[in-house]
Amino acid sequence: MDYSGNTPLQQKEMLEAIGLRSIEELFQSIPEKVRLQSSATPRARPLSEIEVVNELRDLAGQNKSALDYPLFLGGGYYDHFVPAALKFLIGRPEFYTAYTPYQAEASQGILQAIYEYQTFITLLTGMEAANASLYDGASALAEAALMAARINKRKTILVSQAIHPEYLSVLETYLSGSDLAIKRIPLKEGRVDSAFLKSSLDKDTSAVIISQPNFFGIFEEGERIAPFIRQNGSLYIVSVDPIALAMIRPPGEWGADIVVGEGQALGSGLNFGGPGLGFMASHLAFVRKMPGRLVGQTEDSLGRTGYVLTLQTREQHIRRAQATSNICTNHALNALAATIYLALLGKNGLKMVAGLCLQKAHYAARKITEIPGYKLKFKQPFFKEFVLSCPHPVEKINRRLLENKIIGGLDLAVRKKSLNGEFENCMLLAVTEKRSKEEIDKLIEVLKSLQKL
Amino acid sequence: MIVPKGLKYTSSHEWIKIDGEIARVGITDFAQKELGEVVFVELPDLETHIEQSSSLGIIESIKSVSEIYAPLSGRVVEVNRELSENPQLINQDPYGKGWLLVLEVDAKTNNHEFDHLIEAEEYQSKSEGATA
Repeated sequence: MDYSGNTPLQQKEMLEAIGLRSIEELFQSIPEKVRLQSSATPRARPLSEIEVVNELRDLAGQNKSALDYPLFLGGGYYDHFVPAALKFLIGRPEFYTAYTPYQAEASQGILQAIYEYQTFITLLTGMEAANASLYDGASALAEAALMAARINKRKTILVSQAIHPEYLSVLETYLSGSDLAIKRIPLKEGRVDSAFLKSSLDKDTSAVIISQPNFFGIFEEGERIAPFIRQNGSLYIVSVDPIALAMIRPPGEWGADIVVGEGQALGSGLNFGGPGLGFMASHLAFVRKMPGRLVGQTEDSLGRTGYVLTLQTREQHIRRAQATSNICTNHALNALAATIYLALLGKNGLKMVAGLCLQKAHYAARKITEIPGYKLKFKQPFFKEFVLSCPHPVEKINRRLLENKIIGGLDLAVRKKSLNGEFENCMLLAVTEKRSKEEIDKLIEVLKSLQKL
Repeated sequence: MIVPKGLKYTSSHEWIKIDGEIARVGITDFAQKELGEVVFVELPDLETHIEQSSSLGIIESIKSVSEIYAPLSGRVVEVNRELSENPQLINQDPYGKGWLLVLEVDAKTNNHEFDHLIEAEEYQSKSEGATA
């Protein structure tokens, strides 16, 4: 097939049709100061491969990552352990380069793996049916809201202000242009204000969304509010940390209707912040309203077990504008990583990971709050993250920590607007199973030494 | 192709049996053959009001999804609950046990809505000419 580019005349016609004079004008939204002013620095001569590798290695060597320094940064993405066996297995070309599985007979391997993934998600969440995965926790949450509105035809989504501010932002993006409205439920002492929530429920409430644990690392009283939501005929959407599911009762057992979350912690690693893994699970009765792909188990003409993408009539290649979502993919490799992670660790391994996170975070919290000036902002039960009220601006603390080869927690002051509250000098600190006692003790030492900043 | 005489039809292959203010609706034998084995039916909630020619639900078969269009305007007073367990009734008995729903026809439905309905012979000849 020939590729023929557009002629200058065709370009001119297209530009005129949209009211522009040059192709440059299409890039107006990119700020001047980050635009490439000219082509790359000219060289005296082309470099050999050896020279290029050396130069790039020097450049890369200027970075310090979670591989070099202990990381106490969380806020939705965590430095959890990824077993070496997992990396090896997902790197197998049959998985790594598997094509999108619409042709079932050529995709049995990946389809079976995704089926197992779906099964794991139902077990973890306590729900009946899970899809083949979505992009990430944020978009999964947004899809859940749209799904709820499809189910009960109501128009208002009540969201806890304690969910991840970026999730809330993505939710707003997904819902803009629809006739659905978002109503935020404020915080009360670091948790969703359940009295406010109860009084906000009305005939138009399609769903209520909380995060468990919430953005501040705190466990919500998820079960307590379930009956009110049910009585109101609304759906209960819960966004969960999958590691936490090893130690709290699954949302399916306390009234959740749709469970979503970010599965990055299950073996995906950090990877500069993506790709993520959005998981979604719900009741079997709602499966036709679920977005995304679904892998089903069936029999071929010879009676052998096989796997297919099923209920495709929900999807947009069949229903177009009436599909449950515009998504026509899944994050298969991340889902596979999650499946392998769970299989490698098993129930007990996962419980151990969760237990270590809990204990180490609480150890760190106890030790840090012994330092004058440091307090827990909220006195609530937390999992692997907590909010510290600090005696200095977090930016300054983190700079000093970095000088001491430690990556500190999230500065909540920059998120004041999206969090709708007072978070001056507040740091969200995460402690995962990977943080050794030595690393935590060193953090304490450095914080202690920061008398004046 | 079976086209019973006592019914009215639409060009979108629904049949309607009118009995005073009440009308029973389904899809024709031609439609069920074209669709293939029905696996799922989505019907409107009771008390929903539907306008003529608007979509009142979907029928999903092994190979496709099709909208069902309202032959007349009215209020849904009954839906065939058997179809959730046994959607193939539509294939087996499209004019009998495979009925979809019952409408209370709008009192204000004047003749021009009825004009859109066609008689059995006309429906038969129209559909015989049609291809899959």
